[in-house]
Amino acid sequence: MKKSYTFNHLSRRQVLAGVAAGGAVAAAGTLGMPHIARAADAVKVGVVHPVTGFLQFSGTQCRFGALAAIEEINASGGIKALGGAKLEAVLGDAQSKAEIGAAEVEKFNEAGVSAIVGAYASGICLATTQAAAKYGIPHVVDVGVNDKIVGRGLENTFRFGPGFGSITKAGVDHLIAINEAAGKPTKSVVIVHENTTPFGSFMAGLLEKNLTPAGFEVKEVLPHPTGNKDFNNIALKIKEANPDLVIPSHYYGDGVLFLRTLQRQRVQPKAIYSVLGGASSQYRFVNEFPDAADYVMDCNHWFDPRKAAAQALRKKTEDAGKSFSYEVFLAYEAMMFAADAMERAGSSDRAKIIEAMASSTWSDHFMPYGATKMVNGQNEGAQAMVMQVLNKDIEVVAPKEFATKAAVFPRPA
Amino acid sequence: MDFLGISLPSYSLETVFGSAISGVFLGAIYALVALGLTLIYGVLHIINFAHGTLLMLAMYAVFFLWSVFGVDPYLAMLIVVPGGYLFGYALQRSVIGRTSHGRDEIILLTTLGVSIVLENFALFAFSANERNVQVPYDFDGIDLGVVYIVWPQIAALVGSLLITAALWCFMRFTDTGKAIRAVAKERQGARLMGINVEHIFAVSFGIGTACVAAAASLLAPTYAVFPQVGYLFVLIAFTVVVLGGMGSFVGALVGGLVIGVTEQIGRLYLGESLGLITISAIFILILLFRPTGLFGQRL
Amino acid sequence: MSMLTTMSTGNMQRIGWAVLIGALLAAPFAIHSGRWMEFIELTLFAALLGQGWNILGGYGGQYSFGHALFFGTAAYLQALLQYKLGWSPWLTLWIAIGGSVAVAAFVGFLSFRYGLRGSYFALVTLAFAEAFHVLSRSLVSVTEGGRGVQLPLNQDPEQALATFQFTFAGPFLSEAGYYYTILIFLLIGFAVTGWLNHSRFGAQLQAVREDEDAASALGIDPFRVKMSAICLSAGVTSLAGIYYVQKFLFVDPGIAYGPGKSVEALFAAIIGGVGTVLGPLLGSAFIHIVGEFAKETIGAMLGDRPGVDLILFGIILVLMLAYMPRGLVGLVELLWRKLMTKRGGGNA
Repeated sequence: MKKSYTFNHLSRRQVLAGVAAGGAVAAAGTLGMPHIARAADAVKVGVVHPVTGFLQFSGTQCRFGALAAIEEINASGGIKALGGAKLEAVLGDAQSKAEIGAAEVEKFNEAGVSAIVGAYASGICLATTQAAAKYGIPHVVDVGVNDKIVGRGLENTFRFGPGFGSITKAGVDHLIAINEAAGKPTKSVVIVHENTTPFGSFMAGLLEKNLTPAGFEVKEVLPHPTGNKDFNNIALKIKEANPDLVIPSHYYGDGVLFLRTLQRQRVQPKAIYSVLGGASSQYRFVNEFPDAADYVMDCNHWFDPRKAAAQALRKKTEDAGKSFSYEVFLAYEAMMFAADAMERAGSSDRAKIIEAMASSTWSDHFMPYGATKMVNGQNEGAQAMVMQVLNKDIEVVAPKEFATKAAVFPRPA
Repeated sequence: MDFLGISLPSYSLETVFGSAISGVFLGAIYALVALGLTLIYGVLHIINFAHGTLLMLAMYAVFFLWSVFGVDPYLAMLIVVPGGYLFGYALQRSVIGRTSHGRDEIILLTTLGVSIVLENFALFAFSANERNVQVPYDFDGIDLGVVYIVWPQIAALVGSLLITAALWCFMRFTDTGKAIRAVAKERQGARLMGINVEHIFAVSFGIGTACVAAAASLLAPTYAVFPQVGYLFVLIAFTVVVLGGMGSFVGALVGGLVIGVTEQIGRLYLGESLGLITISAIFILILLFRPTGLFGQRL
Repeated sequence: MSMLTTMSTGNMQRIGWAVLIGALLAAPFAIHSGRWMEFIELTLFAALLGQGWNILGGYGGQYSFGHALFFGTAAYLQALLQYKLGWSPWLTLWIAIGGSVAVAAFVGFLSFRYGLRGSYFALVTLAFAEAFHVLSRSLVSVTEGGRGVQLPLNQDPEQALATFQFTFAGPFLSEAGYYYTILIFLLIGFAVTGWLNHSRFGAQLQAVREDEDAASALGIDPFRVKMSAICLSAGVTSLAGIYYVQKFLFVDPGIAYGPGKSVEALFAAIIGGVGTVLGPLLGSAFIHIVGEFAKETIGAMLGDRPGVDLILFGIILVLMLAYMPRGLVGLVELLWRKLMTKRGGGNA
């Protein structure tokens, strides 16, 4: 019973084609496929995400990104230092539960994976990194922005992207700079954040702490549960508080309903500047509700738009009928980071890969992070950027070296 | 403002009125979802955990009618309501009725099992993407001064009133309606009278599902559809059903509106998160002190 | 039940139990697969949740939809007292059990005092669980809210026992420490339900389940009996919360009070067979085996198609309810009875 559900880019294409033609054909397609990447030298990588349960959307997006990376690595000759060994994904579904995530890691261990990429949510990442540490399996955290995931002494755990602390700091710093450059048009602030998961709750606390010393007056902090059915109350409160600036921080679904409700209620603050706002820098929101999205700013994970690889991934994602969201490119780059570490290690040995990750100086990625530098498992160069929806597209407005447009701040009345 | 020693934020009268009015419209949505549930409970005496999942499926139907054929979500009712009836009828007849063995706890698990199947079918077939129906009248409506009410909200309120009235008339004036009431009141007696109880069960489940399909049409312009959207409403729908009195349509309507307004005011003062405690509190208090609800057991 | 009273069956049962418990105790020595040990551990965890539910739901006939209340309260107390006050987990676990029982007494008092039965009791427990969910999310200063409570990870094998953490606990404990924790907890659950089968209180509880009015006429106080049952039920369920926190070192409102754990508890018990000692374990094993089977077959076949294994899981579940309404224990009993009558016929 050691068989795990493995797959590679060839089988995936066949499976997808098979599914379109019906389940029976899919079965035949999978069973009858040529086992090209199943050669003995294939390096197995565990890919665990919450692809069912309440985190299913983000989990699926992450899985797509990680698999896109594997597909690309294999297409361009595999891991060269290992004689062109192909990567083989061992898929895991955490079912949006930490305990299932940990059990999937046990499976990965027995399947003989060399590394693990996952697991989107902070709560699940805590369990998977801990379980992987038991076996010394290198674990790259793709999203999991909770600051406490790295730096709790687990040598196997690395995060290529930024955590809360650095995202909030970037958010506040850029806001101050943008505000000052515009002649300080905004002073009073209302923060709207989700409080169901660690993400929004931590975010709001850090924001409030950092904004007051910077001279902003935080008029109200309005927490709401994720999956909020109605934002009219919040819109009315914002109307009454009449702040210059609204800072939302929540997941996609709530972000859409929130911004639509503001528009329905004709609430027009001078600026909406979200920090990890769910909807603000998402192409599908901009496409579906261009009016509600106009001029909204967001400090979030983002890629360097000038890099061809980023645009290629965007095209690939959209061709697959998916939205090019932060989950996709963060998981993609997490997998690329793992593959690069294998190149550096010249080995599929777990301990050697961990060493290579810890000392990695990888810079051939499309994130605005510069050369990789891991300190206690956290990539120090990782940073968030500020985007703004301008002319129905998402433009980078800060930091300057990556900006594609200048910020329009405050937004035109 | 002070309440039981807790200092509450003070809001202008405009904001309070605006909040209460938006609560009425939110309550209409709750009532819409609860109408089908209360019928199913009243007749079959089962707690239907698949109700939210059925809402989700109907919302997908509305979404695809709109995105593929360009059917306006309100017009889609002409298709999804009969479709919902047939689906519900078949579900009760072929799955739930067969597995129940007349035992409540088994029916409950069956509805849970059915919802696991349907939810993951939606995930499998439609993916986890959140999809929005975009209508041109999304942002237009009536400015009440304290709050802006858009057409989709008005449609939901009018829809909930019309559906309640239609159900009430159906139960009073049609033979099937009378048979449903007979079965709800006295199952064995109805059987002895020659009523086909299994058929009536399935008809009730079908009508309950048709109601939830109508609700789906009315919700579609405001709420995104995704495989788990049903969970947003299902717990509140239970609360509404209990508050109104299990089996009472008027109760579901009034219950929905009462809960909508209470919740909205509660969230205004206690915050969006803690304010939800008002729903649980009403739920618990009603169960403890008046388990028959506001309008008792009347169909 | 009559067949259980005959001597030979009683002996055979005793032997069966000895074999089962012996096998469970020996499992870490026989199974050297981390994956399958984890599988068994998760099965025992759900069985413990189910056993807690079974005391009130199975033996007492009071179907709760909100057993997460007792799991979650224990999990929060276990985590918060360590996190905020730095108390030893071996001290906090008693408070966690106590707190859970106190919540049960509160909910039970209100529900039973006002005579809630059947679906009304089910709904009120659901409502209480949701109320605690909202409170745990909103009262940030007490519970840390949506941030959750994260316990520091111990990596020093010397401190493994003191911190009640076994992930890095040296050669044997790191593999089997958590397994034996959940096994001991489950055996406590078995002991409690076994006692219900043979004690005066258990008989009273089952009498109340069958007919409250008749039980009162016999001089049983249904209120007192049901109160005891809900407290006992919460006590057993709380053990699952303690295990969870010590193993995963993290709890948040959704984990603690979300509907997931309530549903797991009720599924395990009802599928296995309500009101039986072995039911929850059988049910949990069935659910996990079916889940794993679905993953390994159709899930593996279709690869990157999330949800498809859960569709198969749901279908098997519904079929199982259709054809085995008395649960797995009911099925086993049916087969057993057939076997016995055959044997009995041969002897005569």
